[in-house]
This record gives sequence, C-alpha cells and structure tokens, in this order.
Amino acid sequence: MSDVSFVRTEMLPEQAPPASEVGALGWVKHNLFSSWFNTILTVVSLYAIYYVLSGVLPWIFQSVWNADSLNECREIMMATWGSTHGHACWAVINDRWLQLLFGFYPSHLYWRPILALVLLLVALAPVLYSDRVPTKMLIFSAIYPFLMPFLMWGGTIWGPISAALGFVAGWFVYSVLSKQVSELVGMIGAVVAAVIWWLVLSSYFTGAMSSVLPIGIEAVESRQFGGFMLAILLGVVAIGVSLPIGIVLALGRQSDLLIVKYLCVGFIEFIRGVPLITLLFVASLLLNLFLPPGTNFDIILRVMIMMTLFSAAYMAEVIRGGLAALPRGQYEGADSLGLNYWQAQRLIIMPQALKISIPGIVSTFIGIFKDTTLVSIIGLFDVIGLASAIRADTAWNGIYWELFAFIALLFFIVCFSMSRYSMYLERKLQTGHR
Amino acid sequence: MSELAIDREIDRSKMQVSDEVAIEITNMNKWYGSFHVLRDINLTVNQGERIVIAGPSGSGKSTLIRCLNALEEHQQGTIIVDGTELSNDLKNIDKIRSEVGMVFQHFNLFPHLTILENCTLAPIWVRKTPKKEAEERAMHFLEKVKIPDQALKYPGQLSGGQQQRVAIARSLCMMPRIMLFDEPTSALDPEMIKEVLDTMIELAEEGMTMLCVTHEMGFARQVANRVIFMDAGQIVEQNEPEEFFNNPKSERTKLFLSQILGH
Repeated sequence: MSDVSFVRTEMLPEQAPPASEVGALGWVKHNLFSSWFNTILTVVSLYAIYYVLSGVLPWIFQSVWNADSLNECREIMMATWGSTHGHACWAVINDRWLQLLFGFYPSHLYWRPILALVLLLVALAPVLYSDRVPTKMLIFSAIYPFLMPFLMWGGTIWGPISAALGFVAGWFVYSVLSKQVSELVGMIGAVVAAVIWWLVLSSYFTGAMSSVLPIGIEAVESRQFGGFMLAILLGVVAIGVSLPIGIVLALGRQSDLLIVKYLCVGFIEFIRGVPLITLLFVASLLLNLFLPPGTNFDIILRVMIMMTLFSAAYMAEVIRGGLAALPRGQYEGADSLGLNYWQAQRLIIMPQALKISIPGIVSTFIGIFKDTTLVSIIGLFDVIGLASAIRADTAWNGIYWELFAFIALLFFIVCFSMSRYSMYLERKLQTGHR
Repeated sequence: MSELAIDREIDRSKMQVSDEVAIEITNMNKWYGSFHVLRDINLTVNQGERIVIAGPSGSGKSTLIRCLNALEEHQQGTIIVDGTELSNDLKNIDKIRSEVGMVFQHFNLFPHLTILENCTLAPIWVRKTPKKEAEERAMHFLEKVKIPDQALKYPGQLSGGQQQRVAIARSLCMMPRIMLFDEPTSALDPEMIKEVLDTMIELAEEGMTMLCVTHEMGFARQVANRVIFMDAGQIVEQNEPEEFFNNPKSERTKLFLSQILGH
C-alpha cells in the first residue's frame, strides 16, 4: 500500500477565466454559436428578423401624414412612390387622434381628463414607489378617488363630498362600536351606516347643499365619454377596486365561517363561469328592467361595477394561489406570538402572499385593462368603437391597419409599463431565499 | 443519535424551581379525527422547571407542547397556563400566547421582515410597546444570542443556527414567562446545534421555565430537572435525568434509550 497521507501547505490563488469565456466575444460564442445547430438557428433567426423589418419599417416610415381622406392619401402615394402598396396612411391618425383619445368629450374641457390623468400619476406615486415618495402623499391618494369623478363628470362638488362622507360615517360607527362591542360588530355596523348614508341620506344632503352653496363645474354626460380615455377610466377603477375585493374574497374562501366561505366560493365560481360580455349585457340592458322606473343608474358606473366584480373573482383565485404557497409555519409563527387574525393577515400573511402573486395579479390587471375594449359591443364609444365609427365615415372608408396599429401602440405602452413595474417590484421585494 | 458534549460549567445558582405552578394539565385527551393522539395526560410544571420531553417519533410530544399555546386544540380535560384556562375564548388564547414563547423546528421567521423587525413586530402590535423601546429590547436580546450585527439583514441571509437564535430572541422580546421548544435543533447542521444549545442553556441559567421536545440527550442530562418519556400518546415515565438515564424503569424506555444512546 502506498503512502496516502498528504497535507496541503499553501492554498492555490484564484485565477482569471480564459478570454473566450468573458466579454462580448464570450457572450456571442455562448449564446449564438455554441454548436453547429445553434449557429444554423442564429442565421435563420437573423434572416427572419430582417425579412419582417424590411417589410414593416418602410410601411411605417415611408408614409403619408397629411391628407383629408383615404383617396387623397393614395394619390399622394402614387405621386411619390408610384404604388399604394407598402405605405401607411397616418393621415387618419393625424386627423382623428383627439377623437381616438377623448371620444366625444367636449374639446374645450379636454384639460379635465388630462389633469385627472396627471393627478392619477401623482396619486399612484406614493403607492407604487413607497420608498422614494414621502408617505404623507398618501393623503392625496385617498382624496383622488373622489376628486377624479368630479373632474371627469363635473357637476356639483357636493356629490363627491357626500360620497366621501359615507366613508367618514362608516369609520365613525366602526370606531365607536369596535371599542364598545367587538370588531366584527363594528365592521358590520360601519358597512350598514355607509350604505344607509349613500342610498338614503346622501341625495338629500347633496340637494340641500347645492341649493345653499352652488359650487360646481360644467357637467359632462356619460355618453360623451369615449376613446382611450374610457379604457383608462374603466381600467383604473376595475384594477384599483378589484384588488382589495379580491383579497377579501380570497380570505373569505379560506375562512372557517361556513356561510362566509360558501358565499365567497359561490360568487367567485359564478363570476368566473360567465363570460365578461354577458355581464356587460346584463349591465347595459337587463339591469334597467329590474330597477324601479326613473332611476338614473349611470351606464359607465354599471359597466365599472361589472368589470370590477369580474376582475375581483379572478384576483381572488390568484391571491388564493399565493396564500396556498405560504408554509403553515408562517401562520403558526404569527399565532405563537399572540397576533390576532387580522394582524397576522395584514403583517405576515398578505405581504408574502401578495408578493408571490405579483405576476398573476399583474396578468389579471393587464387582462382586465384590455377587456375594457369589450364595452364597444354594448354601444360605448371606446377606441375600438371609434375606429369603426371612423371607418364608417366616407373619407376614411376602407382603412384598417393604421387605426388598429395606433390602438395597439396605445395599449402596448400601458400594458408594457405595468409588466415592467411588476418586475421592478419583484426585484425590490426580493429578500433572499425563503 | 450521539450525545453532544456540553463543554462548559453550568451555573445552577438561578436554576431553582419555585412552588408556583406554571402549567397544569389534567386528564387531557386529544384526537386527530378518530386517531387518539394524546391519552389522559396529567402534568404539572412549576415555575423555573426545565423539562425535556423525549420519545419516538409519532409519540405525541410535539402535539403536547403545541396544545399548551393552542396551536392545537385539545378535546377533553383542562390546561391551565399561568393561571389562565385554555378554552375556546379567543381572548384567553391570545393572552396565553403572548405569555408563552415558542421556538419551532423550522424557525418560522418572517422572511419579508428584517431580523430587527421580526423581533419588534409582536411587542409593537400585541403589547403596544413604543417602537423605540421595542427596538432597544430587541437589540438587547439579539446581543444575548450573539448576533446584534445581523439586525438589519433578512432571515434568508443567515445560517440555520443564526436563524434559530433569532427565533429565540424573537420569542424573548415578548417577555414570556414560559418557553416551549419544539425540536429546536433537529433541522440544523451538527456544527450549528451547539450554538443553539448554548443559547438555551443560558436561558435556563436565568431561571426560565422551559419545556423542550428534543433528542439532545446531553442537554437533557445536564440542564433538565425532569425528563418525560412519551410513547403512543401517553406519558410512560418521568424522572430526574440521572435516574432516567441510569436506571430507567419501563421496558419501553429502556429500549428507546438503548437505541438512542447505545452505539
């Protein structure tokens, strides 16, 4: 037997990797030409990209921007390039872009939706970038839901104020009852108080106050709303409201209280089992049959409610997935420290479950935002509805690609931003492996 | 399982058992469905006792100590912890949970919070301690478990032994009168077991009432004042450590000890 004993007396120094492994050259070798098969794929892909771009880029850039009709566009194309094929007629966008963005909103009031959009970004900033924007800005985020309808629809200022007072009434009842009786009674009481205020007292309050102090701005009717503005309006409301409702539904579905559980399960399964378009038809046609005659229940509000409920049902299931992914030890850890149910949910369970569900939540957001285009079927003039209306005009009859390319671009910008934000958020919340 | 040597003098001056009763369990029974997991448990623990619960897996040791802070529900009998009876009343349960600290096999730290936030969360929300005071106390206990420099890291960045020491510090921040340990070293590498046991010994030296489910017989021999042996959901034997290890009475205990110690 040979002598196997060995003792290393000096440790080997670290060495730099070979030049072919690092830098641009290393990257190209690893990712594009690592084997003969990959080399073929690289070449074929490059040709495919070239082929598509060589068709699309001239169409986009060798195009007509100023014309009054499709025929005029074609004449210019013939005069310039000798062919109408392969050139875009952006003149239709140039002519109608305001309409595509704002629908039939009165043009002297365009500043109001624009201001609402800017303020929306201001209100979102403290929510989306909580570590860079001062927390006090959240006060504005809380005011915004009441300010936005006032800007968009106009009318008396007492309407939004009265809506806000409903929340104040609910909060007041909750803070009294939760101390005197119990939290559950407090919550139920708060909901009852707020609903009574909104349904019964609110209209008297608004009427009385606006006769005493008539403060307001010019009113705009719902049927004048349209264009991409309508998509953003519906999308923002559905997204903003469906997340909290979805959280409550997901928790309710896991609840030990049987009635709560089966109400939530029933709601989720019913809404998910029905196409959105049927819900929209219910909102636009059937609801009027059930409501007492003469009730003025705004069509956009009805659509908002339906889209919110639809999105909330999906949200609940996405969040339930996040809840199911949490180890039971997290609940036990929270319990063993004496945290009560709501504290444990808010401080321990939800932050983690929501973090896990971010990709799913954002997918649902993006989905519901694009689904807002379905309202064109029930007669609202969103971008798709307007595109059809523009094509019905004799001047632009026969134009398709340019309109839909423009609409696609608008949606892509918003959806891509949401997607990038979710990736940023995931990176930010990364705290090492679990 | 080898017996880990504890290589230091243990200060027994404060490890004194008082007459005050900390936990009293009478005729307690528990079922999982139709399976009878805990059978007629009677146990009284005085303030300051260090009790080690041993037994084969599936014998109900973990279930027993998880009943003590209502992580598991018992169906028959009474459990009185620190003068409060465990019942369905949520107020009692929350009160007991805030008096009784628990350390788990898998630490159960909150991965989305820093070490410091893990330690201050419950004092701030349950005890309503002002934030500054809670942080000072958290740093005090993190120093005691010898990881104050990790306070701003996240649990995922720490080793298993460090995480378990944080878990102990997190429980201590609630100023509990009783500590429950549910196999605190079973998920750790051998190198890290010692640092956790050292922390537990220090805790015992300060007179904490402790109930530990563990397989660390060295710890049981030197720190416990009573060893309880469980099998099939029952307490089979309990005795002082010296007697328990050197002179076990029941056949079941002898078999268990020969398997766990005899190599």
